Amino acid sequence: MSPEAGKSPDYGIPALKAKALELRRLILETTHRAGMGHTGGSLSEADILIALYFRILRSIEAADPAKPTRDRFILSKGHASPGFYAALALRGYFPLEELSSFDSLGSRLQAHPDMLTCPGVDISTGSLGQGLSCGIGMALAAQANPALASFATFVLLGDGELQEGQVWEAALFAGARKLPRLVAIIDANSVQLASTTADAVGLEPLGAKWRSFGWACIEVDGHDMEGLCGALEKARADSSGGPVAVIARTVKGKGVSFMEGRYEWHGKAPNDAEFAAAMKELAL
Amino acid sequence: MIDEMVAPRLAFGKALVEFAPLFPEMVVLDPDVCTSTQTSLFRAAYPHRFYEMGIAEANAIGVAAGLASCGYIPWVSAFAVFLATRALDQIRVSVAHTGLPVKLNGSYGGLPSGRGGATHSSIEDLAVMRALPGMTILTPADSVETRAMTELATRLPGPVYLRTVRCEVPTIFDAAYRPVLGKATVLRKGSSGDVAILSEGMMSARAVAAADLLAAEGLKVRVLHFGTVKPLDGEAVAAAARECGRIVTVENHSVIGGLGAAVCELLAEEAPCRVVRLGFPDVFMESGDDGLIFSRYGLDACGIAAAARRLAAGRGPTGA
Repeated sequence: MSPEAGKSPDYGIPALKAKALELRRLILETTHRAGMGHTGGSLSEADILIALYFRILRSIEAADPAKPTRDRFILSKGHASPGFYAALALRGYFPLEELSSFDSLGSRLQAHPDMLTCPGVDISTGSLGQGLSCGIGMALAAQANPALASFATFVLLGDGELQEGQVWEAALFAGARKLPRLVAIIDANSVQLASTTADAVGLEPLGAKWRSFGWACIEVDGHDMEGLCGALEKARADSSGGPVAVIARTVKGKGVSFMEGRYEWHGKAPNDAEFAAAMKELAL
Repeated sequence: MIDEMVAPRLAFGKALVEFAPLFPEMVVLDPDVCTSTQTSLFRAAYPHRFYEMGIAEANAIGVAAGLASCGYIPWVSAFAVFLATRALDQIRVSVAHTGLPVKLNGSYGGLPSGRGGATHSSIEDLAVMRALPGMTILTPADSVETRAMTELATRLPGPVYLRTVRCEVPTIFDAAYRPVLGKATVLRKGSSGDVAILSEGMMSARAVAAADLLAAEGLKVRVLHFGTVKPLDGEAVAAAARECGRIVTVENHSVIGGLGAAVCELLAEEAPCRVVRLGFPDVFMESGDDGLIFSRYGLDACGIAAAARRLAAGRGPTGA
């Protein structure tokens, strides 16, 4: 399959759901094989990534990952790289088999996304809180340069990540400038490394926070593919007038019953028995 | 004009305006210090290429990286201390690790901070920046070199940390001088067997003044100016050690991690010799007159000359 230039492949909702299931299986295979990796947050972002890479992002081409007019995507929650890499592989940026090299010496698929090694990574991330600022730089570039004017920038953040102060420096700046064609997506899975976000430092009311920083805000079920695609399409359209935050309410570890909602699965890979049980739940 | 007193921060601000037509991709990001770091000149001349970021250095660095990833050459101009320490993680991950052509103007480098004391003096920035892989560190001596290095930095493909100081310093280079990246500049040849003084930034004018004091006493001191601290001109350092035998390093910085440390690291492996490091000891700065503080630590012509004299006589920094 080689996606047409300027347009994401024409997938219907059932096909996108099937892709998301495939993505979840690839995430588990990747972290299981590596014996490490961030499984929980990769599973929570899975539907968002599929919506983006197979419906929303425009002008992205696996054969030309540096195309200047492409939509930009930043995984600000860079530790959820197994999900990101699996989405890039499904979209054809590199062979699916390469996922087995994840996090091993010499691999292009570093523990955290590295723009210098991995095709399709628009900027390196890994230290939480930095991606939205980088996205603002890209949106400013699009605004300043008529040759780039068409692209939109999407930044995926974790909700726990919003505890980083830099995120709010960035949110304040973009909101104050009414910066166009910038969309922040919050993978709001309510769970961080060592506890729930509520038990760590609560973030609610989250939508009100973004609105008070000058952003439009859409809240959506981050696992309802149809609703998610609708929200992201609306966000892209509405962002012509200023930045838009999409708060995607998700479940950490989504799709695997014994991982769902559990912080213990933040940075852990399944062992053989857990992997077998999980793959059974995610049977095609 | 030689000996004319000009502030490097002003030379930097003027250079941005001068070279803007040469680099249409160049933009300037300012965390609300433009009238101090002199990028207000660029703001006035090229308002559409100037981004006021508010008082938020971390965000400014990330935004610069995003712009650079789309073909721009962003200069982030801020107080050195708030780039090198407050925004260090952003510089490390979004700039140094990516290798993007983000240019950092560490203004108010070293002591002269407008009597800002401990919080505003930047005497650790060279140490911090040296530790980042791929970071080029430029420490111009005067306004002529600052102008030339602003262009040189903009032209380089990767990240650069340019250190400019606040106070007026004497011009030591004539207008035709062009620094070479990674090469020390010989300011006084000296003679073999005598001491070599290795200096950076605004200290180089003082090193020359010290050498001239010593020449009157018959001591012919070599003076090497390191306008590039990283990559260090190891050949020049090793040659100074072999030919002069004794070295004084002089820097507007802590003796930990800066030019003196870089020189010692290199010499320990390649050409061991006696080295005396002049710089700030392991202390925080305090408010007060810059000249008095520099003198307290021997960072004026007399202090440098005294250190060289003691070393030439075979004694250490305290005369022992």
